[in-house]
Amino acid sequence: MHQIELRNIALEYASTENHVTALQDVSFSVEASEFLCVVGQSGCGKTTMLNIVAGFLKPTKGEILIGGKAVTGKGLDRGVVFQDFAQLFPWRTAQRNVEFGLEMKGISKEERAEIALRFLKLVNLEKFARSYPHELSGGMQQRVAIARALAYNPAVLLMDEPFAALDALTREEMQRFLVDVWRETKKTVIYVTHNVAEAVYLADRIIVFSPHPGTVKAQVKIALPRPRDTLSVEFLNYQKEVVYHIVERK
Amino acid sequence: MRRALIPFVEAVLPFVVVGILWQAFALLGPFPPRLFPGVETIFSTFVRLVAKGILPIHALSTLLRLILAFSLAGLLGVALGIIMGRYRWAEDFFLPLTSIGNPIPGLAYAPLFVLWFGLGNLPAVLLVAFAAAFPIVLNTWTGVKAVKEIWIRAAQAMGAQDRQLFWKVVLPGALPYVLTGLRLGLARAWRVLVAVEMLTSVRLGLGWLIFGAREFLNTDVMLAGIAVIGLVGFLLEKLVFQKLEQLTLVRWGMMEA
Repeated sequence: MHQIELRNIALEYASTENHVTALQDVSFSVEASEFLCVVGQSGCGKTTMLNIVAGFLKPTKGEILIGGKAVTGKGLDRGVVFQDFAQLFPWRTAQRNVEFGLEMKGISKEERAEIALRFLKLVNLEKFARSYPHELSGGMQQRVAIARALAYNPAVLLMDEPFAALDALTREEMQRFLVDVWRETKKTVIYVTHNVAEAVYLADRIIVFSPHPGTVKAQVKIALPRPRDTLSVEFLNYQKEVVYHIVERK
Repeated sequence: MRRALIPFVEAVLPFVVVGILWQAFALLGPFPPRLFPGVETIFSTFVRLVAKGILPIHALSTLLRLILAFSLAGLLGVALGIIMGRYRWAEDFFLPLTSIGNPIPGLAYAPLFVLWFGLGNLPAVLLVAFAAAFPIVLNTWTGVKAVKEIWIRAAQAMGAQDRQLFWKVVLPGALPYVLTGLRLGLARAWRVLVAVEMLTSVRLGLGWLIFGAREFLNTDVMLAGIAVIGLVGFLLEKLVFQKLEQLTLVRWGMMEA
């Protein structure tokens, strides 16, 4: 059984003037503990697809199964990390941000604090538990967001270009760090990005989206051991292959 | 020591200059001292009225009325603003009303309120609450509208239901605007209240103290009363709102210090 399965997902926006097909016949699956990256040009529908899996949007056709069960709305079986640093609640400390999902679950205060601190430790921020988001750097804020999405123990982690707004050095550091966290927590990850090198560095498998209408164009399995050497010939060949799929005409 | 003194001097200087000009005008100007008392007369009257407990009792009555009216305006104003921000029908219905009502000076209603509710405390408190509610409603509504979509999404992804979303995301997210609304509302309430006290014949109150002093040409009492009004308004702003903002918005980085 697949951990996540998308079956013939389509999303159409119908307005009076025109009819836009954002996604058409999107089908793919993700195995348990697999790290899947979705790449494609802007406007190819990859973020829309992620929003559908997260339950923020309803598809016009098709269904999504998580752990074999069809899901329609949002759920605690999925954690979401966005690109925007502003996703943290500025009125809560790092720790209280991480506690939010646990609070919604009705977990006791002591237990919440204990779990939150454990996840802050996982992202190397236990010293900043009492800091407010505006006191943290962008990279730290995204780490808090990751801890927050993991704390209530969802099986699936959905990430929408979480490091795109960071500077290049911090981004690399965060990528290494994310691989560590993923190996430790064994989550199933869908990670959307337009950065091909990032995708090759992170993913077990890459799905390439093509636009107009957004659909799955190709899949590339990345058979490289971790940690990956981003300057090796194999790494660069994978990058070439993915870029080729992106730019190639139908 | 010197460094600590400079801001103090800077803060006091404008008042000293105005005081000197005032005094010069009192001595050399066209008004008799009875109508334009010197600084020393105003000051000694101030001290005398405070010592006798006259100023404090009037100020206290005004403050009590203010607290009552402002609490009423705050509760109803924030509640209505939130309802308008959350429900489309409420926005469609109340927004035109509040937008038209907001620029009307509260005092314009004073004669009506006196006719409806008689003289004394009731019309004063109701009118002040009514006038102060407008900026509170409008700012709270704006605040609810301005809550970031991404907070809502993040909270929903973490399983927040409508109720939790409201208390734990919408309300704190709208707080910067709500506080601004309350601050504007309080300033408006304070101004309207002093004027209303002159019109509704309350027995005690700074407005009434000033208005009553007119009968006996007690200009020094009027000016002492005016000084207290300025002082109390200033302290409310500094002690209540700045403290509140320091504890919340500034600490959360939602507002510059």
